[in-house]
Amino acid sequence: MKLPKALADDLVAHATEDLPNECCGMIGGRDGVAERVYRAVNTEGSPFMYVIDPREQMRIMDDIDDAGMDLLAVYHSHTRSAAYPSRTDVELAFFPKTLYLIVSLADRSAPEIRAFQISRTLPPEEAVREEPVEIV
Amino acid sequence: MSTVRIPPVLRPAVGGVRELTVDGGTVGEVLEAIYAEHPAVRQQLVTEEGELHRFVNLYVNDEDVRMLEWLDTPVGERDTVLILPAMAGGAG
Repeated sequence: MKLPKALADDLVAHATEDLPNECCGMIGGRDGVAERVYRAVNTEGSPFMYVIDPREQMRIMDDIDDAGMDLLAVYHSHTRSAAYPSRTDVELAFFPKTLYLIVSLADRSAPEIRAFQISRTLPPEEAVREEPVEIV
Repeated sequence: MSTVRIPPVLRPAVGGVRELTVDGGTVGEVLEAIYAEHPAVRQQLVTEEGELHRFVNLYVNDEDVRMLEWLDTPVGERDTVLILPAMAGGAG
C-alpha cells in the first residue's frame, strides 16, 4: 500500500499520544493509496491489547463506504515490540482481505511501520504475509 | 425470514451480497441457516470448539444481543441482524 508521509506521521503521532497504551484505528483509501486516517478509541486502554469499540467501528466503516473509499487497513501500535503480528494479532484477525498495519515504537527514535495480510483460518505458517508499505 | 446485514469482510463468503434474507426464529437459528448455505462463514466466525468466537459481535436492530438473550434472542420478519467481527489484537 502507498502511505502519504503526512498520514504516516499521523500514525506515529497517534501511537505516541496514546502511550503507554496501544492505539488503534482504520485507514481508508482508493486503489491501494491511503487517503485518510481514522483514529479510534482503544476500549481496552491497555499496553498489550486493542479493541475498537464496535459502534465506532461500524460508524467508521460506513463513513469509508459512503466516501467511496475502501477500508485499506486496520492499524494499531506495538509499544515495546517489533512491528510484526503477535499471536493475539493472528488469533483475532477476522479481516483477511484488509491489511493489518502495525506501528512499532520499540525504538522511539525510529518508529517502524509495517503491514500484513493476516488470516486466522489459515495454517500458522501461511497465516501472515507481509505487504510492502511505500511512504510517498 | 429476517434480514441479515453482511459486513464487507464477510461478503466474499456469501457470494458478494450485502444482505441475506434468512429463515430462523432466533439469532442462533439464523446463524445456523447461514452456515448451512455458506460454510465459509462458519469457518470465519466459529472456534475450533464450535462456539461463536467471543470477538464476534451480533446486533438485532442495533441492540447488542449480549444485552438481550444472546443466541436465543428472537428475530422476526422485520428484524435486521448485523454480524460484526471485532477489530482487535495487540502485542499480547
